[in-house]
Amino acid sequence: MGSVGAKEVPVLLSPEGLRIDGRKLDELRPIRIRAGPLHQADGSAFVEWGANKVMAAVYGPREVHPRHLQQNNKAVIQCRYNMAAFSVDERKRPGLDRRSQEISKVIAEAFESVVFAEEYPRTSIDVYIEVLQANAGTRCAGLVAASVALADAGIPMADLLPAVAVGKIDGKIALDLKKEEDNFGEADLPMALVPQSGRLVLLQMEGHMTPEELSRSLDLGVAGCKVIYEKMKQALRDRYATTELPGGSA
Amino acid sequence: MSQGHRSGHRSRGRGESSPPPARDRVLVLPGEEIPGSALRPGAGTYRLGGKVYASVLGLLEPKPPFVTVIPLSGRYIPKAGDTVIGIVTDCQTTFWLLDIAAPRWAPLHVTGSPWKVEVGETDRYLRVGQAVVVRVESLEATGRIGVTMLGDGLGKLEEGTIVSVSPARIPRVVGRNGSMVRSITAHTGSQIAVGQNGRIWIGGSPEAIQRTREALRMIDEQGQHRGLTARVESYLSSTDRPGDRGPERVPVESAHRDAVPHELPPLPAEPDAGGPDGPGADDAAEY
Amino acid sequence: MSGEVASELRTTHVLDLAASGKRLDGRALDEYRAVSIEPGFIATADGSALVRLGDTVVAAGVKLELGKPFPDTPNAGVLTTNAELVPLSSPTFEPGPPQPGAIEVSRVVDRAIRAAETIDLARLCVTPGEKTWVCYVDLHVLDHSGNLIDAAMLAGVSALAHAVVPAKRFGVAEADYALAVGHLPIECTFVRLGDAIVVDPTFDEEQAAQGRLTIATDELGRVVAMQKGLVGAFSPDDVRSMVSRALAHGDRLRAAARGGPA
Repeated sequence: MGSVGAKEVPVLLSPEGLRIDGRKLDELRPIRIRAGPLHQADGSAFVEWGANKVMAAVYGPREVHPRHLQQNNKAVIQCRYNMAAFSVDERKRPGLDRRSQEISKVIAEAFESVVFAEEYPRTSIDVYIEVLQANAGTRCAGLVAASVALADAGIPMADLLPAVAVGKIDGKIALDLKKEEDNFGEADLPMALVPQSGRLVLLQMEGHMTPEELSRSLDLGVAGCKVIYEKMKQALRDRYATTELPGGSA
Repeated sequence: MSQGHRSGHRSRGRGESSPPPARDRVLVLPGEEIPGSALRPGAGTYRLGGKVYASVLGLLEPKPPFVTVIPLSGRYIPKAGDTVIGIVTDCQTTFWLLDIAAPRWAPLHVTGSPWKVEVGETDRYLRVGQAVVVRVESLEATGRIGVTMLGDGLGKLEEGTIVSVSPARIPRVVGRNGSMVRSITAHTGSQIAVGQNGRIWIGGSPEAIQRTREALRMIDEQGQHRGLTARVESYLSSTDRPGDRGPERVPVESAHRDAVPHELPPLPAEPDAGGPDGPGADDAAEY
Repeated sequence: MSGEVASELRTTHVLDLAASGKRLDGRALDEYRAVSIEPGFIATADGSALVRLGDTVVAAGVKLELGKPFPDTPNAGVLTTNAELVPLSSPTFEPGPPQPGAIEVSRVVDRAIRAAETIDLARLCVTPGEKTWVCYVDLHVLDHSGNLIDAAMLAGVSALAHAVVPAKRFGVAEADYALAVGHLPIECTFVRLGDAIVVDPTFDEEQAAQGRLTIATDELGRVVAMQKGLVGAFSPDDVRSMVSRALAHGDRLRAAARGGPA
């Protein structure tokens, strides 16, 4: 996507079964999560995941704008997933395109499945995701960042929401595709898991897989989500754990 | 949200019983199972399939027969009886809308004000941007927050300034039996009124206000850490100067200032609702 | 409308402090906040920088693409500056089409880059009338704690100073090469607080401000752009004094913007 000039389909798997960045099929890219980097938001998180850089912020629960979106019995969860113009190889026109709007919708619905929105009737919980640098899997990275930001904002919810994409490259099921694998692979299956219940609250698919491949992909994705879940929790612990202040015993 | 059964409403966890020392409390995250608990799910928790889980990021606190989680972050969640500081955001014909840092704006009806306000003349008494100390009177299922300005220590704030901290830090700001507030005011010569919503009014000389702001900023940013009390004390002592004691009048030369005299008595440092017995209030003593 | 209402008491306090030569965060009236610049922050951009100005954070990305010159300037390249004040960065920003505030930031930054001739547009032209480089400077605000114009300018010029023309990728040269940048303009913004004029205002100071003046200078000591904003007024002597202060701050900030990757 966005590369200039047609390129030949690269070899995505080595004879040894390693991927172009040396990963095994069931291996995640490196992930770093920081909770609470922003000052203005009620909650925030920054996620670096492979070559993705994604910032998320949460505002609310707060008064609903525009007002007609207000719901009498619960908070409305509004999500805005946006890509910075410079986040992809070919400059993206600023503003929400149809893809961004669709992703915003499915992410909002994923969070509606876990947030205890009925505690805050007639309010809005606004989830903002800014993709600063994209390299496949930005909706999952955005969802992970937003989930940590929601916890950082003190929003009550059933669980954190880890997310990851599984795909198919050179006929093999692989965890967490990077850009070349996404562009030239045969399938992409992003998902978000509620770890505590084992259920999926975001699930999309594009490409082709047999039912058997899909079944294995789901297992691989769930296993990947559990690893990411631990990193999300660690990021929040790092921010909120009690420590001894240096010089505090004066 | 359809999963699980939840009992009780979440509150900011201000209760009657005395909690164990803060250092023993466990940090829990949304979705984490609260282990080995025969206790019933209270605020900040929920039950699913016979187990109890945390629903918010916070500190675990058993309050038999319940287990609760005291949030460590988030907006102010109003509780009847709380004293809070509001900023006027709108003047309607028979009420003002106040931003009290809660999820919703709170209407202050003219009958809850000390003035006899003619219909449509609300903005003659309170303008957008002005600050008031009010008490939360009622909470409706719709999320509507009823507040009043009638009562001791309530009214319009005419001078000084307002700073905001996380509402979760208010017990640390107050300290055990008000010790932190007393220490700050004694060192700086400022006056302090603490709103349970995380807004804190500071009066006194510009220098006193500035040092108080700095002490409050330290508490806000480092409030969960051990050694904070000593650190704040050390800051306050290091900036002590002779002649700092006792509030001075704020210079009255700005065009923005009303000519209205200060009509409020200094507010109580510890609004009753958030009293020193609340969970977390002990923290200052232990750290 | 969903944003914070400025508290009158805080505004008054900011003004009272300024009257005695003090500021909320303890800075001197002519003291700039700490600046950190992280060039190359965005790998997908041809040039980029993440700038922190106190608690204000702006990311800038430069992209170069081939396009057609404008018919009235067939020999010149194209420069486009765009600022996004996304709602992630402040409770006062709302989703939707660009607000006047965002457009002001991009136009003020754009003017300074053009006037300082930071980019020699003629050198961007590949084939007159046919093909030229289009240089996009995208400014993305992440945390709004005041003085967005200065932070955006710093991010923009840092990104330009470290930009590489992707000539190989676009098939117009054997190798990529550094974008030629001339003078780097630096914006320096002041606000009036009563009789005092302070540099690099925070959000609270902007709320209390009785007039704002932004002055862009280049390293030749020229003033290359100005923008007076907010309600309020300045005397010609005020302006003269701010210009000399803007030059001093500009020299220091420019060195930081030029500096290579940390």
